[in-house]
Formats: sequence, C-alpha cells, structure tokens
Amino acid sequence: MRNLALSTALLLSLLGCATAPPPATTAHGPAQDTLWLDRLTWGASSADLAAVRKQGRSAWLEAQLQPLNPVTLPEAAQAQIQALAIGEPLLPLVQRMEAQRKAADALTDDTAKAEAQKNYQQALTKLAREASARQLLQALYSPRQVQEQMTWFWFNHFNVHQFKSNLRVMVGDYEQGLRERSLGTFRELLGYTAHHPAMLRYLDNEQNAANRINENYARELLELHTLGVGGGYSQKDVQELARVLTGLGVNLTDARPKLKPAQEAQYRRDGMMEFNPARHDFGDKQLLGITVKGQGEAELNQVLDLLAKHPSTARFVSRKLAQYFVADEPPPALVERMAERWQQSDGRITEVLRAMIGSPEFEASLARKFKDPTHYVVSAVRLAYADKVVLNTGPMIGWLYRLGQAPYNRQTPDGYPLDENAWAGPGQMTTRFEIARAIGSGSAGLFKVEGEAKDRPAFPQIAHPLYYDGIAPRLAAATQQALNTATSPQEWNTYLLASPDFMHR
Amino acid sequence: MQRRQLLQLGLGATLPTQLWAAAPDSPRLLVVFLRGAYDAANLLVPTSSSFYYEARPNIAIAKKDALPLDANWGLAPAVADSIHPLWLKGQAAFVPFAGTNDASRSHFETQDHIELGQADEGSRDFRSGFMNRLADVLGAGSRLEAMAFTDQVPLILRGQMPVANQALRDLGKPAINAAQAQTIAGMYANTRLASTVTGGFEVREEVSREMAGEMEAASRGAIAAKGFALEARRIARLMRERVTLGFIDVGGWDTHVGEGGATGQLATKLGELGRGLALFADEMGPQWGNTVVVVVSEFGRTFRENGNRGTDHGHGSAYWVLGGGVKGGRIAGEQVEVKAATLFQNRDYPVLNEYRALFGGLFKRMYGLNDAQLATVFPGASARDLGLF
Repeated sequence: MRNLALSTALLLSLLGCATAPPPATTAHGPAQDTLWLDRLTWGASSADLAAVRKQGRSAWLEAQLQPLNPVTLPEAAQAQIQALAIGEPLLPLVQRMEAQRKAADALTDDTAKAEAQKNYQQALTKLAREASARQLLQALYSPRQVQEQMTWFWFNHFNVHQFKSNLRVMVGDYEQGLRERSLGTFRELLGYTAHHPAMLRYLDNEQNAANRINENYARELLELHTLGVGGGYSQKDVQELARVLTGLGVNLTDARPKLKPAQEAQYRRDGMMEFNPARHDFGDKQLLGITVKGQGEAELNQVLDLLAKHPSTARFVSRKLAQYFVADEPPPALVERMAERWQQSDGRITEVLRAMIGSPEFEASLARKFKDPTHYVVSAVRLAYADKVVLNTGPMIGWLYRLGQAPYNRQTPDGYPLDENAWAGPGQMTTRFEIARAIGSGSAGLFKVEGEAKDRPAFPQIAHPLYYDGIAPRLAAATQQALNTATSPQEWNTYLLASPDFMHR
Repeated sequence: MQRRQLLQLGLGATLPTQLWAAAPDSPRLLVVFLRGAYDAANLLVPTSSSFYYEARPNIAIAKKDALPLDANWGLAPAVADSIHPLWLKGQAAFVPFAGTNDASRSHFETQDHIELGQADEGSRDFRSGFMNRLADVLGAGSRLEAMAFTDQVPLILRGQMPVANQALRDLGKPAINAAQAQTIAGMYANTRLASTVTGGFEVREEVSREMAGEMEAASRGAIAAKGFALEARRIARLMRERVTLGFIDVGGWDTHVGEGGATGQLATKLGELGRGLALFADEMGPQWGNTVVVVVSEFGRTFRENGNRGTDHGHGSAYWVLGGGVKGGRIAGEQVEVKAATLFQNRDYPVLNEYRALFGGLFKRMYGLNDAQLATVFPGASARDLGLF
C-alpha cells in the first residue's frame, strides 16, 4: 500500500508539471493498467493498453486531456457518422422539420393528417436515433476516450429529454456542443447550456416572461446544474433568478419580433436562441447576496459567473465527477481537493480531473465501481469486437432501453443516477445476463446493414492480447471455474460477459 | 428452511412455484407514484370554491363538468368511467391537503423524501426506503414478497430486505437456461450481489410463467390492453398470487404549460391512469377485498394557473386510496376551506395530512402494526388513523 501511495503521489506531482513530460512508468503490471484504462475509457482496448505500457500512464493521459490533432475514427466508423442527416447545421434542419409539422397540421382530411403527423413523429425519432448512433460510435471508437466519457457526463449533468416537444431534432447538436466543451471550463459549459434551444425548451424558459414567470429552469439551474440542493439558496433566489432569465427563449423561424425602437438594440439572436427585451423584466434583482442591475441579457452572464465560481458549485460538481469516476460515496477528502483545484483553476475541468485521477483514492478504487448500463454495453462490444467496427448500433440502443439508460431518455432533469443501487436490482442483473448471452453468442444484429436480409458474418473474438495480458490474470476463481465449464465458445463468452469481474470497472 | 436462505444458497432458480405464493388472505399494498407532481386541484376539484374559478380562468374544471363527490368536491370527468364507479361502490377515498413538510418544491428532493420516509431533520440514509422497512417488519416468518414493477429498484424499496424488480412493459421468454443460470449464480455466490442474482433469475422465471396465460386470454378475444393498462393488468396477476407489496411509478405530470381542464393534457393522463387502476381492480378478483392502492405524488402544484395555462411546483397534493376493503366514498383527513387566505405561502395548498402519519395510520389498520413496528417504518413520526381500511 505504501509503495502504491508513493508512486501515485509521484504521478500527481509529475502531472502538475506541464513542461517536462513525465517518463514512462513501470510501476504497474498490465492487469492493473487495464483496470486503470477500464475506468478512464469506455472499456480498455488492446491498443490503449499497448500505448500505456509503452509511453506510461502520464503520457497517455496528457494526450487524452490535451488532444492536439483532429480526431480520427476508424474509416468504417467515420463513414457511418458522415452518412447521418444530423450532420446538417441545426437551424435549417429544425426549420425543415417545422415545415413538415405545419404541412401535416394544415391537412384537412383526417386520415391524411393522421398519417402525415405520424410520419413527422417518425422522422423526429429517426433523427434522435441517429444522434444515439453517433454517440455510440464515438464511445466505441474515438481515440479520445476521456473526452467521450466527459461528453456523456455533461449531457447527463445538464440533462434534457428527447421526447419533449421537438427535442429529438436538437439532442445531437446539443451533445456535439457539449463534446467540444467537455474538457474546457465549467463556465463555458454553463453558458452554452443556458443558451441552447434544447435546454431553453426542455425546462420551459422559452415560456418565462416578465409578469408571466415560469421558474422551472431557474430552480434546476441552482439545484442541479450549479449549487446543489443544500448549496445555500432560497425560494426567493429561485424567483429572482427566474426574473433574470425572462426573455431568453427559442425562435425557430426567420422572423424577428416587433419591438419598440428603444428595445431594438437589446434584441439578440444566435441560431435559434433569442433574447427578446420585450419579454424581459428590467427591474433590479436581489439574489445570492448580490444586486443584479436590470440591464437585459448581460444580467445572466453576471449570475452565471457568480454560480460557476461559487464554492458550492465547485464542491457539488466535483463530488458528482468523483461519483462517476471513483466511487458511489466518494471520499470527502478527495472531493475537497478537487473543489480546491476547481477554485484555483477557475473551474478548468482538466485540472479537476488531474487532481482526481492522480489521487491515491482513484488508484485504490479501481475495479470497484459497478458499471452503469452504458459502460456495460459499450465495454462488452469493445471487448467482443475490438477494432472490427460494428455496422449497426441499433441493438445497442435496444439493450440500453431494456437496461433503463437509453441515450437522451432520462425524463427528469436530474439525469441518470450514478450509483450502483440504481442499476444492480435483480431484474436489471437478469437483463444484463441476457444481453451478455446476446453479445456472446453471435453477431446479435450488430453487423446487419439496413436493406440486407441477414447479418454480415461476425463472431465475438475475446481471446486477444487484452484478454490474456489485462483480464485473465485477475479473474476471480469462481469466474475461472465457470469459464471452465463452458461447453461452447458462445457459452464461454456469455459467462465472461456475465461475470462479476466484467460488471465492474 | 426459509426461502431467503435458499436464495442465498443459489437454489432459488429451481424452487417449485408454490413456495413463492403469498398467503391468500394477507393484505396487498400497491403504491403508485405519480412522478412530476400531478395537479391535484384538477383531479379533486374544489367545486364550492369561487376562488378556484378566479385563480384558474383558463384551466378550471367547470362545476357542471365535475362529478359531484360531496358538497365541496367534485371529480375530474377524465376518470368518470374508471375511478368514479369505485367511489360509488365505496371503494375509493381521497385525502386532500396531503404531502410532506418539505417545502423545497424540488421534484427529486421531495420524491426522495417520501420514498425514504425518514425523519425531516438529520442526515438521510439513501439505502433505506420505507416500503423495504415495512417488508422487514412484516416479513419475519412469512413468505411475503416485495416487488417494484419498474426498470430500477426505486428508493422506496431499497434496503436490507431482498426485493424484486421487473418492468412489465415488454416480456419475452428467459434467454438464459436453468443450467446457465446456475453457473452464473455460482460466479456471484461469494459476492455482495449473490442474492440479487439468484432472486432475479427466479423472478424472471416466475413472471414469464405467470404471463403465459396472457397470450391465451388475448387469443380468446379479450381486449388487448396497452400502455399503463397493460402494465396494471400484469401487476394484478402477480399481486393476486404472489406479491404483497408492490410499487409502480408513472411519469409525465409536470404540467407547466398547456395543462388543460376537463379535457387536454392532464385529463388524458388521468384517464389512462384511471383506466389502468380500474382494470387492476377488476383483475385482482376476490383479492381486491384485501388490496389497498395508494396513489401519491411528490407535491401539488400552484393553485393559480401560470402565464402558460399551466401550473408550477407547489406544496399540498391529494392522495387516492382505493381497494375493495377500503372505507371509501368519502373525502378523508383534515380539511380547510379553499380560499386565498388558506393557501400555503399564498400560492399552494397547505399540507394538513402528512404522508407518514397517513400511511402509518393505514398500516396500523391493514397489518395491525404496533407502535414499535410503526417507529421502524417511519422513525420519529406518529400515525394518524383516518379509518381508511
């Protein structure tokens, strides 16, 4: 234990020193490095293990946290992403869907209208499925695995639900913006989400106007996005923040509202985000101990600055990060250190992550975190097929629905829970075993191309270097015993993917 | 040998069916949680309050549309064909001004609060929900089974007692055969998930056996239920025979915008919920007499409509208590005249019937729990008997 603590303390000091790249370390064996990768990626891969063994953990992590080159996915994955309609810019895509909706609503024949409305709904659902497909392809094959996990984390933190209104058109764009900002500062993320039409619509802020207050977004902004429920705010603060947020809404058209000449200069439009001064409450606001002078859209920036720097935010979001990456009940001392780093670095996410990953608590927690459904499904497919790119993510989306953690499908703004209790119920375990069998027994639809009658031939190949070097040496005796009783490769795969060892990261 | 011990030995999957059956006369409890805070004032309508009609110019349910319950209250027409008949049979009661002392108006905070059922002050244990503690109090020496009909085990059922969970929307045949299940259970034998895994296999097998009859019924021309109604019917099949403590949640009640009145968004949801519960009552058959369904929600909504013909987060709600043995056909609990002066913080219904007191009183009647047992289920709370069962 002492050696471990020493070596991680050394790692910590090296990571803090950006100018001198740390030398490769050989402090850990391949099995321990695999566990480390299992925590920082969507499931360790042979390639990442080889890179860590060659360059050392620090160099691998630096490349993850400061990606310099444009990301390249394997060609077969990239081609699938490029073929998606959600690649189109958001505004024209939304307007095209709006036109389809209006055309359907305008039909006078009831049968034709019902049919057209159904088609519209199906088109929306198809777009959200495309976004899910892109998310899963990125999780499976992006070399920037830490960034992909952070993208998922931030979407969940700033959660929106795909089935509200037309959000199915928007979730892909919303997620892509979170991906780009996922390793930046918290303030950037907060500002981004506060102005994205998906959020403004999901939490009803587009309905929030002077004298017609809707406090839904204001409350969740304090409770879930920044300070946390015990973070020191009152009902009065919620109401005042709701006033600050008045006038910030969504405009899907090209039209501009009619304004009095004096208000023209205050109007702002950016994509579908609109600040409409005619709907804003220009009175002064008192919240969280400060006075916000009524001045229009800039009020919100003042409040977001305050919230992003607030010690309660630093602690609340650091704890949530540690809950996702370290333990259901993260060690308070670790959370405090992360929050301190947050305060010192103005909420720079990579700094907070470095403080976490370099900690002895992180190392000590490896292999003890129960995988949530997304980690389970993605890591199983990564293990089963490694570099052989799947041709259809549909089955994965279906498994995530069955396990209760489908992309963009958490209805409530709190996001999916991050602790084992939420995912390890008896019914959920049984479902996992059935999915283990599906993945372990054959191609499971993952290689079925749309329009073709059958799957292209594929079979899970788990016996690769990652398995022999990284996984086999640490399997529990009971797991070994079960694997030895397998009567076919299918059954062997099923048992491995169903084992307690594979349920944890 | 106790069934739980068998489960721990990993033998659960091979147990014969009848061991899992509940005693035929033991009371059944189904808690239905409406997540998102349903607007109680548009289900249980305060028809004698002129203030209600002033406060809701666009979304009030007109007195002529509401089904009269007593001098002060009417029922939403959306449940005319489902819950109102139960009311007329004396099998439905409503408890207005119900809820928690939590005034955070946060969905999640207040849902957690209710599900945990712990003291208002002090730190909370997120591994101990009140239905699990109830299972514990009732479970000694009995074959009681507790189950959540949800994808996840909700807070309300988490705790020391082993519970089952299985969503009943889509059900197929088990994909893992018995021998494979034994092998997999063997891998978990010495882990903290051991009883979870064996319990899960068994429940899966039982549920699919139970549901085998469904196909047959459908082929004989029974109306194919969908959505919540389908789930409610399946829940009834399990609760009739095996499960005595059940839980399900229904989402989508957060009507900030365009809530509607006698018809519209909320009415549609209430209609679907009501039909499901009526189907449940029907499917329970003779067991309906031993069954109590309690419908709860985390809080009520603002009494006045907001600027978007919807309602925002409020405080007091109205709970439903249904069952063949329920002393219904009445509005139960503490009441107050509905007017501006009696609103909580000049915006919401007050809470006059605290949920733990209400459930405590009900459990006393249903199960004959003593004070020590009640203190285990709801520490620090005192029960209030509303004579509901």
